[in-house]
Amino acid sequence: MSRPAAQPLEAPSGAFGFSPTWFAALPIALITAIPVLVLMSYLVHPDQEIWDHLWQFVLPELLVNTAWLVLGVGLGVTLLGVSLAWLTGVCDYPGRRFFSWALMLPLALPAYVTAFVWIGLLDFTGPLATWLRDTHGILWTPPIRSRGGVILVMILALYPYVYLTARAAFQGQGRRLTEAAQSLGLSRWQAFWRVALPMARPGIMAGLLLAIMETLADFGTVSVFNYNTFTTAIYKSWFSLFSLPAAAQLASMLIFFVFVVALLENQLRAGRNYAASGKSSSQAGRVRLKGRHAALATLWCSLVFGIAFIIPFWQLADWTGAVFSEDFDSRYLEFAWHSVLLSGLGALMVAALALILGYAQRLNPTPGMRIAARLSTLGYALPGAVLAVGIFIPIAWLDNQLIETFQLDGQILGGTLAVMLLAYCARFLAVGFGPLESGLGRITASVDEAAQSLGVTGWRRLKRVHLPMLRVSLFTAMALTFVDIMKELPITLMTRPFGWDTLAVRVFEMTSEGEWERAALPSVAIALVGLLPVIYLIRHADHADT
Amino acid sequence: MHVFRTLTVALATTLSVAGGVSAAEVVVYSARNEQLIKPLFDAYTKETGVAVKFVTDKEGPLMARLKAEGKNTPADIFMTVDAGNLWQAAEEGLLAPVKSKTLSANIPAHLRDPDNQWFGLSVRARTLVYNTNKVKPGDLSSYEALADAKWKSRLCLRTSKKVYNQSLVAMMIDEYGEAKTEAMVKGWVANLATDPFPDDTKAMEAVAAGLCDVTVVNTYYFGRLMEKKPNLPLAIFWPNQDAKAPNTGVHVNVSGAGVTHHAKNPFGAGQLLEWLSSAKAQNLYADVNMEYPANPRIKWDPLVASWGKFKQNPINVAQAGKLQAKAVMLMDRAGYK
Repeated sequence: MSRPAAQPLEAPSGAFGFSPTWFAALPIALITAIPVLVLMSYLVHPDQEIWDHLWQFVLPELLVNTAWLVLGVGLGVTLLGVSLAWLTGVCDYPGRRFFSWALMLPLALPAYVTAFVWIGLLDFTGPLATWLRDTHGILWTPPIRSRGGVILVMILALYPYVYLTARAAFQGQGRRLTEAAQSLGLSRWQAFWRVALPMARPGIMAGLLLAIMETLADFGTVSVFNYNTFTTAIYKSWFSLFSLPAAAQLASMLIFFVFVVALLENQLRAGRNYAASGKSSSQAGRVRLKGRHAALATLWCSLVFGIAFIIPFWQLADWTGAVFSEDFDSRYLEFAWHSVLLSGLGALMVAALALILGYAQRLNPTPGMRIAARLSTLGYALPGAVLAVGIFIPIAWLDNQLIETFQLDGQILGGTLAVMLLAYCARFLAVGFGPLESGLGRITASVDEAAQSLGVTGWRRLKRVHLPMLRVSLFTAMALTFVDIMKELPITLMTRPFGWDTLAVRVFEMTSEGEWERAALPSVAIALVGLLPVIYLIRHADHADT
Repeated sequence: MHVFRTLTVALATTLSVAGGVSAAEVVVYSARNEQLIKPLFDAYTKETGVAVKFVTDKEGPLMARLKAEGKNTPADIFMTVDAGNLWQAAEEGLLAPVKSKTLSANIPAHLRDPDNQWFGLSVRARTLVYNTNKVKPGDLSSYEALADAKWKSRLCLRTSKKVYNQSLVAMMIDEYGEAKTEAMVKGWVANLATDPFPDDTKAMEAVAAGLCDVTVVNTYYFGRLMEKKPNLPLAIFWPNQDAKAPNTGVHVNVSGAGVTHHAKNPFGAGQLLEWLSSAKAQNLYADVNMEYPANPRIKWDPLVASWGKFKQNPINVAQAGKLQAKAVMLMDRAGYK
């Protein structure tokens, strides 16, 4: 299916291709590169005793565990995400409109809270096992606290990444592509497998990469399952063995691995072109499923939605009811406002920077630029608290220099919203970049050529030509980033101004003392507050292409 | 700009005169959660007029933050919920010694730093909880005895990744040495009825449901659970109470605090610590979370007192910090996850 790659429009020279695009790309790359370098600087102080211990007793098991987790979650989110994206993005069947946004909702629940809910429901002391024991004498407990359990819960929490990016990709190719394939004698199934799916690969890969990076960086969910992964070793070194250097060294290894994988994936598709011309699918252009097929489609969507969202949300709502009168007060308005403000500004900033970076890469697709782009997205693969320290150290250093130089009274950078937003960019640029990069890849080079022939070039072309074509990708990028910032903890905890708490901070205060039922209230609030903009964005995105 | 500053100064002067005090605010970095510490700060502000500004986070990031900010840190006090992290903060030079007769008098020697860099402010006792239908109190004796083969498939434990268990094992190393402790921890692992739980409450629920017979938990989790479900067949047992063995007792940890090395308001910080060790604060400190007061002269909350009196392990809790890394490595070797 691949055609020759689009020719770069401004002829670059050499591997780096020095052009004005670097003035835009370099500062963006530095936002992530500086914290990463700070962490890598710890590599010069190896802590031999800890390393020997980890290699001998900890890492062998953890590497196997991590490999299984990544493999299982990767396969699961692809299966769920792609099937649901195809159904809601291209087909039509009863409930399709509702599911198209509802299937996003699991993303709004903090995964470690959902994990706690599932263990509570299915473990030995949960209602199911108790009922089986007491009324039927069946001594069987679903093995939820297991490798399979943690994989399943993470799939349910993370499939929306693939769902959203794949959906944008399917919608972008439109129905004509499938029709053309069918006119060449392929059945509908064959057309999906041999044409639509391969063409949607960049979109699927973008979501998959996000899901895998989040899996690698996760600490909360695996902790609830007591399932030890590579991240467990990082936190064990830091919090339990009191060695931040050892933690930073392990984290450096982790991001090096992710960097190589991301670069390889990028390289594999560098020579191909996934652009599709033609109008994207509108209401009229959908594949109408009938009878058994329609029923199956509705059933599949209901099943995933029910398990991934309704059941955990129902349990959280139940707990919320029990603590509401005691815990809910006017401060919640403030928490919600802080959450929305940070997430909104953060999403805008991340989307803007990701767009600039993606466009710089399109204008100047040299290996150097590709490396810069991959580097900027590494923050998402780092365990949050480790990245937070990597960000905090240079900011505090800068503050100290300013205080020395200008004889100031106190910090002027630390504890400001500007620093918080910058830190969010370092963490979440990947979330904005993934959808936008694949979105840009779907715009054919002929569009650029046509614009050029009309005298519209460079950044003006981005605004006048590309931006209108990128609306779905932009909305996807913003929706994902918004919800991710709503749930973010370590950076928020470390960089927030005094007394500036958010809903996610409330979840932290409760869960870290084991008060999970009381954590339900802020969790439900996150889901409800995060939900509204997501519904708005998805519906807007759906209308954008009709 | 100029007008604004004049106004601010005028306003500030007025306020401080009106309040009758001119003490500056105290800034706290706290790993003790907001709901457990804000009531105290509010009471302090109400009583003294001194504002307390605080930010919460985990211990590790807070210490990294103090270190990175160096002498320009806004923090006057560093506060945690375990002695290990206080020890580590002192070790890294983040705290400063406080010379205070009040604190020395109110806080027993084994609950504070030998160099007075930090002070325990509430006591968290880690004890045994058993299923009253399946275990007679006479069957239980000590933490160590849970390694005995008679507990095979009857023991539930929380994960070794929680600092409370790390402190417990660290104190056992201090008491018995590494080799003997490792054998005991291996015995625990061999007796487990199921994989370790992520929290104390889940472990107790498993005991109540009959999955296992006994577990090791902090008492306030027991208190919270029984408050919600008073009919659970659970009871507390105080281990290691042998009156003839002087260096043993129930493992206790502290939630405590110290004044930072680069505090801008060390005097105000010291005053706040002294107040936190006083009768009024001690009651409040312990009662918001069913913990024990660190000050031995304070009467216990009736509910907490109903669990019975016990002998504490008299070894200084600083040892928990010093031996924590050893304990973690030991538990890894023993296969305690």
